[in-house]
Amino acid sequence: MPADLNAAQQAVRTADPTPGSAKQDPILIIDEVSRSFGGLQAVDVKRLEVQRGVITAFIGPNGAGKTTFFNLLTRFDDPDTGKWQFNGEELSGKLSHSIAQAGMVRTFQLTKSLGKMSVMDNMMLGAQDQKGESLFSALVKGSWKSQERAVEAKATELLGRFNLSHMRDEYAATLSGGQRKLLEMARALMSEPDLILLDEPMAGVNPALVQSLLVHVEALRDEGVSVLFIEHDMDVIMGISDWIVVLAEGRVIAEGTPEQVSQNNVVIDAYLGTSFAEDEGTP
Amino acid sequence: MSNLQLLAGFDMSKLFGDSIRAGINVQSAAFALGAVGLNLHYGFTGLLNVGMVAFMAAGSYGMAIIFTQGLLGGSILLGILGGLVFATIIALLVGIPALRLRSDYLAITTIAIGEVMRISFRSRRLLDITGGPFGLPSIEDRSADISLADRIGRDWNPLFNVDDPTRTFGFWKLAFDGKTLWLMIIGWTIVVLCSLLVWKLIQSPWGRVIKAIREDEDAARALGKNVFSYKLQSLVIGGCIGALAGIVRTLDSGFVESNQFKPQTTFFIWTVLILGGAASKWGPVLGAFLFWFILVFFEELLRQIISSSSDMVFLGLEANDVGRMRLIIMGIMLAALMVWRPQGILGKKEEALLDAR
Ligand SMILES: Nc1ncnc2c1ncn2[C@@H]1O[C@H](COP(=O)(O)OP(=O)(O)OP(=O)(O)O)[C@@H](O)[C@H]1O
Ligand SMILES: [Mg+2]
Repeated sequence: MPADLNAAQQAVRTADPTPGSAKQDPILIIDEVSRSFGGLQAVDVKRLEVQRGVITAFIGPNGAGKTTFFNLLTRFDDPDTGKWQFNGEELSGKLSHSIAQAGMVRTFQLTKSLGKMSVMDNMMLGAQDQKGESLFSALVKGSWKSQERAVEAKATELLGRFNLSHMRDEYAATLSGGQRKLLEMARALMSEPDLILLDEPMAGVNPALVQSLLVHVEALRDEGVSVLFIEHDMDVIMGISDWIVVLAEGRVIAEGTPEQVSQNNVVIDAYLGTSFAEDEGTP
Repeated sequence: MSNLQLLAGFDMSKLFGDSIRAGINVQSAAFALGAVGLNLHYGFTGLLNVGMVAFMAAGSYGMAIIFTQGLLGGSILLGILGGLVFATIIALLVGIPALRLRSDYLAITTIAIGEVMRISFRSRRLLDITGGPFGLPSIEDRSADISLADRIGRDWNPLFNVDDPTRTFGFWKLAFDGKTLWLMIIGWTIVVLCSLLVWKLIQSPWGRVIKAIREDEDAARALGKNVFSYKLQSLVIGGCIGALAGIVRTLDSGFVESNQFKPQTTFFIWTVLILGGAASKWGPVLGAFLFWFILVFFEELLRQIISSSSDMVFLGLEANDVGRMRLIIMGIMLAALMVWRPQGILGKKEEALLDAR
């Protein structure tokens, strides 16, 4: 086991590599969450624990139900059954905005940039507990001016990290597809989440930038943010994840460290295919 | 008949004087107010309110009923407050069910509530309260024997002089009697205050959330904003501004009647907003001026052309077609504006172009 891992990373690496296994310090615990569309069982997750303070990848073939699962957890869609606890708090009865306020913030596979607002306004919207967002304080500028400056400073810093500084005063609608992905992720980070759910954050982002984004994601983890992300790029997944959860036809078919998952025959059959196993030099 | 003869028959000062007068009178201020409220709803929040007239009716009837029934001591200010409370109740009644659904449901609900209110108010069952089909021809405090028109136009009017009640202010075609001018001042002052209020809200973090909801509700939700609550706040505030539109009109006319609240008023207010430019600061004000200016200008122009032609017909139009023609001309101008300047006169061109991306 590499020596430079932090405690949470070490902890998750010793977890049992079977679907639904217990984690030492779970930030999110999911029970019996299911959703069907007509006859199609899109999601049917019996039990899943997500370790705090690590990067967990969520992978699976197209149509496996990954996005639907995110939608259920953040209540952009309603589950047929199921409960989930976040930071020890029962979230299943709550609405989307309360879930975000509780510290679980998501991005979308199809980006949702606020086109007729500037990039800076997009960012500043992400900050939580803004005094000026309540109707009556809004009219008293003195009550939110200093907070506004702090939010702006933070947004400036994040825009820099995501290579978007030069776009700060442009309308978000003028951004390219990749830039919108970056903006959406940066905007979600403005809310200082405990757990961030990223739906294919690297899709469409140029490879050079992907590398620096990965560094940022790792930096986030090192700051204590838990990351759960959906991704198809195997190099990205293997390079950055501490733990991988594999979904197929709505069910968790495997969990484990990158090494364990890439050697798991069930996963190879369902998703990775033989070529990947050969690339990795496994028997 | 030559062109020169045609021109000679023209009364230019009447043509422009009457049009400008229409653009700045109390009626125009009321439409501007309606558009300021609609601007908050549609221009900034993206709410499709197709029943602004319902809020105007709530304001007008609310104030008138409180005043005529002598409810709150016949106070005008308390009557106005009552009108605003009534508008708030209507906003909540419509908003709580409809704002949870897709945006088209709000459109259907608002257009319906306007008609429901208009038809209920003219019902004979409400004769003692709303005056039923007759309306309240003179809004009077029945217990104190004071009419609203007298109270506001005379007792409270610094421009009114008992010794010289017919004194006028102004010049040329723009001379107004003391009562008219006083109500214009009241009306346009409220317009300016409401415009500034909306603008101040929009420039705040609250306004940032409101605009985010217009752009993409789900994005706002994902960032922890209680979208439903913000939409309801916007509906109530814009609705109260709409109620003020009705109130200003009623303070001026001194009576209410259900025919003042037909759905077409809502569409005129939409025209005002689109003409001036949605999501702009002063678009509703410019829009209201232009709306009335254009209507009266073309009406007067056609009337003068027709009356100066020998057979009293112009392009097959007779004098009593003019009223309808002016609306057709307005429609054509609006269609042309949508082609050449879809953002309206004061709207931001860049924003309109973004829609194409
Ligand atoms: N609103 C919906 N109505 C009907 N079927 C749906 C709906 N949303 C998703 N599905 C179905 O549910 C299944 C899972 O879809 P989902 O978008 O969650 O897949 P995914 O794992 O995110 O795939 P991808 O990797 O391609 O993004 C698919 O078969 C999809 O057709
Ligand atoms: Mg997906």
